[in-house]
Amino acid sequence: MAEEEFTDINGNSISLDCQTHSDFCREFTVTSPKLSLRKVMVYTCFVWLFAYAVFFFTENTAVLSSAIILTLAGMMIHIHFVKVDHETLLIIGSLGVQLSSSYASGRESTIFIEMNKLKDIVINEAVYMHSIIYYLCILIKDPADPETVTSVVPLFQSSNPRLNCLVQVYRSCQEILAQSR
Amino acid sequence: MVLKIFFPQCCNTADSGLLVGRWIPGHNSAVVLAVIHYPFIPGQVKKYLSELQSQTQVDLTVLGSWSMPKEGQEGMDSFLKDLSTIFPQECWLQLSREIGKRGFTCQVVQNNGRLLQEQKNGDDKIVLIHYDQRKVMLSQLHPVQDVGQKSDVEASELRLVFQTVAQSQPLFLLDKYDDGPLKLSHWQSEGREASIIAELLKQASVPVCIFLTWLLSLWHWLCSFRILHLRPVLFISSKLSTCVQSGYRAVHFKTVFSPKKAATHMEFMRYSTWRVAKELQELLEWLMGAPAGLKMNRALDQVLGRFFLYHIHLWISYIHLMSPFIERILWYVGLSGCLGLTFALSILSDIVALLTFHIYCFYVYGARLYCLKIYGLSSLWRLFRGKKWNVLRQRVDSCSYDLDQNTSDTALFPLQLFIGTLLFTILLFLLPTTALYYLVFTLLRLVMVLFQGVIHLSVDFINSLPLFAIGLRICRPYRLAEGVKFKVLCQEPGTPLHLMMEINPLKCSSVLQCYRTPTYSCYPKDSWAALCKKLFVGELIYPWKQKTAKTD
Repeated sequence: MAEEEFTDINGNSISLDCQTHSDFCREFTVTSPKLSLRKVMVYTCFVWLFAYAVFFFTENTAVLSSAIILTLAGMMIHIHFVKVDHETLLIIGSLGVQLSSSYASGRESTIFIEMNKLKDIVINEAVYMHSIIYYLCILIKDPADPETVTSVVPLFQSSNPRLNCLVQVYRSCQEILAQSR
Repeated sequence: MVLKIFFPQCCNTADSGLLVGRWIPGHNSAVVLAVIHYPFIPGQVKKYLSELQSQTQVDLTVLGSWSMPKEGQEGMDSFLKDLSTIFPQECWLQLSREIGKRGFTCQVVQNNGRLLQEQKNGDDKIVLIHYDQRKVMLSQLHPVQDVGQKSDVEASELRLVFQTVAQSQPLFLLDKYDDGPLKLSHWQSEGREASIIAELLKQASVPVCIFLTWLLSLWHWLCSFRILHLRPVLFISSKLSTCVQSGYRAVHFKTVFSPKKAATHMEFMRYSTWRVAKELQELLEWLMGAPAGLKMNRALDQVLGRFFLYHIHLWISYIHLMSPFIERILWYVGLSGCLGLTFALSILSDIVALLTFHIYCFYVYGARLYCLKIYGLSSLWRLFRGKKWNVLRQRVDSCSYDLDQNTSDTALFPLQLFIGTLLFTILLFLLPTTALYYLVFTLLRLVMVLFQGVIHLSVDFINSLPLFAIGLRICRPYRLAEGVKFKVLCQEPGTPLHLMMEINPLKCSSVLQCYRTPTYSCYPKDSWAALCKKLFVGELIYPWKQKTAKTD
């Protein structure tokens, strides 16, 4: 159980937690920073001031109620579908790899990839806007045709850790994959 | 290699006994299906297993022994070790659990008596995966593959596990509470109570279905009357979407029956008909003046305007005449809307089509006039340039002004040229008026076509909606599985790794994609470019037609 602080590609601080359950089973959790209260208040005040200004000119109360409903709906959608709290990678040798993202409202979405479909876990680099970023990804193969890579699944898409964090996860995963080959 | 043992949750608290299950070929794993308790006769166990093997096509074997000793049952360990000689296996599993502890201990003995792995701290290569037997048995792993399509070795491990549990249903018929030679523990021993109402409904459903089938056959007999297959009736019924839908409905009734009531608004109908006619009248009067500031040819304007106004006048009087009967007809037609929401929508579409029939007529008149005008203009324009349309060769040929009769080209006399020019000028200057009328009525017609198209699309959508699959996804999400989820159970040191396997249900969008029933989908006949060309030239546009006889 080791929890370390890293930064993501935008400079926000994230934390990586490695848990070793057994020789061949490890779990990595990357936690993103929580929703900032100051940002929420700034957005809400902005929307409501704007709505009040519109109400001042149009004298229509529907503007105010619609602004309230919009703010509430927007916040609910944001915490349920957009804001990711932590992402987990669970690797079990000779069984498979499980990726799960947990959102701020508690919702979890999980994918499990079996070992016979998994070719390798690698660190890839990509050109994004004006910078080059590194990301960890899983190469998927078809069991009938083991040499070709059919698709690539990128990991930690919402937290985007930097290279030093990725290298740690990569080394750990490769130890386990080497055992099961 | 890591040995994976899939262990059902219901057997966590079972008494000591033999483990029955299957070794998954090609992967180093085993699925435990049930526990047979003491006392048993080994010969009977073997006989029972071979019977089940032939019944289920699953190679069930004795995997090993399970011991959960209660007080006063010491000395079981040596007894359990001796069992491995009675049931000779390549690998013999010995799982044991002590009361009060959460972790199991596991030992694997190989055929030559050698201990494969002994549980030591940090040296275990055994994973115990707990699964919910009832849910895995009922679940269907997506994407669905046909049985026997791929050989066992190529299929993935999880798919084989799901298949094994699903195919071993006959094994779960015998329970430890039955009076038989063998006492088994599996998910049935959890003691799920059944509801008597559900059982009664299941029994009653058979006679109800028989009755409904009889009603359906009656309907088929009615529809197969000869008189309904005569040419004019057939033509009208193929144009009215209500008749088309009732045909589909009779086919669909065989599988599903959904009684729904539709509300009729008779007053609304009458008012809206009158309203449409009034609006059209105002529109025509606007056209007859100076619409949008354009100056129209007064004479032609008046002619066309008066003609259309008279048409509307006829229509309004027709409606006034028919209004006492319309109520009755609408009531009975609306009653037939209980045959489903799609039926009601089709009725709406047909009623709208019938009510706006005069708009359709106006569109046809305007389009024909415009088409004739454009045709005349293009032909006379060709005359100017000295070209002629060759009907035989279906192309444009040149004409000369030679008066020589011996040339192969047809000659043009100056008189023809003079009359052609005159007509061309007349048609050209009357073009804006006709074009404006055409434009207005075409727009109205397009609005109607769009409305009907939207109704047909929604009817399609409702027809193809997989209600049962969506209901399953909401109420019993474990039946449709996209994959599995693993959770690590906190364990005690010295025990192998324990994982909890749960079913990851299919996403709602994948449910819709996978289970959409193939429909008689409707689609526009022309692409956008062809549509624009037709509009420009003045050809008639027909509403979206439905494809017939799409095979299920």
